[in-house]
Amino acid sequence: MQSGTLIDLHNVSMFRGSGTILDDVSLSVGRNEIVTLIGPNGAGKSSLVKIALGLIQPDQGFVTASPGIHVGYVPQSINLDRSVPVNVTRFLQLSGIREKRRLEQALELVGGERLGKKPLQDISGGELRRVLLARAILKSPDLLILDEPTAGVDISGQASLYALIQSIRDQTRCGVLLVSHNLHIVMGDSDKVFCLNRHICCSGAPEDVQKNPEFLYLFSQENAATLGIYRHLHDHEHDLHGNIRLPDPIDRTASGENT
Amino acid sequence: MDEFIVRAVVGGLGVAVICGPLGCLMVWQRMVYFGAALSHGALLGVVLGLFFALDLYFSILAVCIALSFLLLYMDRFKNLTTDTSLGILAHATLALGIVVLSMIPAVRMDLMAYLFGDILSVSWRDVFWIYMGGIVVIGLLGTIWRSLLSLIIQPDLALIDGVREKRTRLTFLVVLSFVVAVSMQVVGVLLIVSMLIIPAACARRFSNSPEQMACLASLFGCLSIVLGLAAALFFNSSAGPSIVVAATILFILSMLTGKLQASQ
Repeated sequence: MQSGTLIDLHNVSMFRGSGTILDDVSLSVGRNEIVTLIGPNGAGKSSLVKIALGLIQPDQGFVTASPGIHVGYVPQSINLDRSVPVNVTRFLQLSGIREKRRLEQALELVGGERLGKKPLQDISGGELRRVLLARAILKSPDLLILDEPTAGVDISGQASLYALIQSIRDQTRCGVLLVSHNLHIVMGDSDKVFCLNRHICCSGAPEDVQKNPEFLYLFSQENAATLGIYRHLHDHEHDLHGNIRLPDPIDRTASGENT
Repeated sequence: MDEFIVRAVVGGLGVAVICGPLGCLMVWQRMVYFGAALSHGALLGVVLGLFFALDLYFSILAVCIALSFLLLYMDRFKNLTTDTSLGILAHATLALGIVVLSMIPAVRMDLMAYLFGDILSVSWRDVFWIYMGGIVVIGLLGTIWRSLLSLIIQPDLALIDGVREKRTRLTFLVVLSFVVAVSMQVVGVLLIVSMLIIPAACARRFSNSPEQMACLASLFGCLSIVLGLAAALFFNSSAGPSIVVAATILFILSMLTGKLQASQ
């Protein structure tokens, strides 16, 4: 393994019944690197994420992780059954970290400082993403794995979430593995994009992948022409409602409120 | 006051306190029918205990734990829903219990006492078991509380945080079996599940945290015991069902207060 590599998937395959879920997939994520995994529904993205997390074992191939690294995970969904009375802070505490200051800091970092006392079931899709992100960064992870972090979030909210992920990477220098089936916004700031459809169809810099014929073929039905590569401007960012807020976390509360 | 009433109150309160947190965990995991299946198993445990002349607490516990494992195992057959395997096990154990019962002519067992409980005949030995068991149950629940809660909300996150899923779920099932065994005497096989879930359901609308809901559920359970026993003495009704009716009235009241709050 190269130095700086956090996690390395070597020729990973997975079979279920007579079907192949993943076929000889290799990819790695290094420190301070954003890797985007893109693919249509049923491409095996979630299985690949679970293998990377060590939750399931691949049938062939293996995964090596840099020893002692902390992995933060942002899952696609959580059980929001109304019968469980749990607010955002209590949910964060379930990670095992109980110090109020750390919980508040994590929420502040994701722009969710006002959510702490709200029941987990009462927050919006975009707010839930931020809370899940806060939980993932609580233990200062070396590697952040996000499964469809923009599911159920509108376009401006998506842009703001990508900007947030980017800024977390910049601040903590963690590696990021981001999974998406959303073709309309792909992080232009990804260092590498892997296009997955059971096997890796193509990979490279975002601009290159976008022009790759395999990619165009795979996404022709979803109209690859509408693919927008999102590049956020570094002088400001947007909150969930599309309001402009300053990147400085101290000014964030003040500027985020004005509608 | 007669001593048997004191024993009934003391025993009943013990059961209610234990049932609070456990009932919440059942409600959160949608395990109501699972609890019902276990309680049917309890009857088989009683009958087997009588048949082989074993300690009844021991035989109930053994059957319930065996049943838990069997249910976990059957859950692996993906072409049967949990619903179906629960239905099969619950009724098969009930039928088996009755069959074995009919083969014990020498023992004249009061079936009604086991179906609907016989809290007024609770002995000090039973009370001892309830409290000893209760301490073990609360202790075990304390060790798995955060893990189980974490698993309920997001299993993958829990696993990444190092929660041991199998151990946690098995501990919960053993604890549940324990509680079914000790509460059987109070409300009977048919009504155990109601002692677990109705107080938890009452507590939900007044709770902002899982722990608060667990404590309130215990409190509502205790209230049901006291009110139910009072009603049983006053109207000369059967005690177990009276307790459940009291719990249900509390539940209806809790719904109504919620309605009032909402309309204000």
